[in-house]
Amino acid sequence: MTAFTALLLRDIRLSLRIGGGALMGALFFLIVVTLMPFAIGPDLNLLARIGPAILWLGALLASLLALDRLFAMDQDDGSLDLLMMGRMPLELAVLAKALAHWITTGLPLVIVAPVLGLMLNVELRAMGWVTLTLLAGTPALTFIGLVGAALSVALRRGGLLLPVLILPLTVPVLIFGVAAANAAIVGPAPFGPPFTILCALSLASLVLGPIAAAAALRHGLE
Amino acid sequence: MQLNADNLACSRGGRDVFAGVGFSVASGEALVVAGRNGAGKSSLLRLIAGLVRIAGGTLDLQGGEPEASIAEQAHYVGHQDALKPTLSVGENLRFWAAFLGAAADDIEPALEAVGLAALADLPAAYLSAGQRRRLSIARLVAAPRPIWLLDEPTSALDTPSQARLVELMRGHLAGGGLIVAAAHGPIGLTQARELRLGAEG
Repeated sequence: MTAFTALLLRDIRLSLRIGGGALMGALFFLIVVTLMPFAIGPDLNLLARIGPAILWLGALLASLLALDRLFAMDQDDGSLDLLMMGRMPLELAVLAKALAHWITTGLPLVIVAPVLGLMLNVELRAMGWVTLTLLAGTPALTFIGLVGAALSVALRRGGLLLPVLILPLTVPVLIFGVAAANAAIVGPAPFGPPFTILCALSLASLVLGPIAAAAALRHGLE
Repeated sequence: MQLNADNLACSRGGRDVFAGVGFSVASGEALVVAGRNGAGKSSLLRLIAGLVRIAGGTLDLQGGEPEASIAEQAHYVGHQDALKPTLSVGENLRFWAAFLGAAADDIEPALEAVGLAALADLPAAYLSAGQRRRLSIARLVAAPRPIWLLDEPTSALDTPSQARLVELMRGHLAGGGLIVAAAHGPIGLTQARELRLGAEG
């Protein structure tokens, strides 16, 4: 087993164990989306129209939830020191941790999204499109958040700073995610361009996120 | 293989911890770093492990793998044991063995060496402080690396475990490894040289 898969599997296993918080994001997502109809009122047409935006906002907030634990837990118990001493470049170690984080917190959001569409009167076909945009876009949220998580560890107890650092950077993902979903559901703009940009954002953050996070962790060395 | 430090300086949080530290440790040798609290014993080990930035001076390794950094050829046992409470003893060790690049998947001998083989399936949350420390030492056996950086390795260990650790350290030195250990008292290695940090008092 390579160091990369060992780290990936360990992080997945950790978050599935007691106190790991794998399903917390999905539960939070459920609660946020459930609250919306209560706040907005039983206007079915309105709900259907803003449904994709609500789902995207819910996913964005839910993916922030467990993010501050990503490196803080490893720092608290000294594991981070050993991860930095590994033969594997720190960038790859960070990538493995981020992938594990997305699999355990991002992927469940994508999976439960179609069910939550019922709460918002989004029809089934449209829900398929929204889910597809979430699948393409949530990795970007994780990999952008990764940089914030690394910075907050470097700042020692900077966990509260995390949402403030991260949310502004996720604006493009939100714009193109909701734009692609709306284009697919109501038109008239084509689905392709915003969806392609969304995929590009995910791919770019997949590459840049680990590099920036590793740099932040190294900079955190005293 | 020889680890040389010349005129090393370390600064943490804007405060100079130590300066002008020099030493040289060769294969088969152990160096015990002594000094009062706050003299920089832990900082020196973390500095060698690449976890604290070098503020001045040079640190180099002769005769090691040319493509690997010093940190990549070193084991660091610090005050924290780097164990996950929800994983079992075996899972914890198997992960570190795989991550640190151990050739074999078999962790039994390493657990035997620290006397934890019977607890392999127990979650690490239930270990005592001494058992946690022993599990963290098992890492050094499971994934061989030539340089051992041990920060007060005997703390929390009972007498039989200390003796076992001394055996492991002797074996490591005999196999051509080198050890830099921070300690307040003797760690049981008779031939170890001592490096004293900071002023007395």
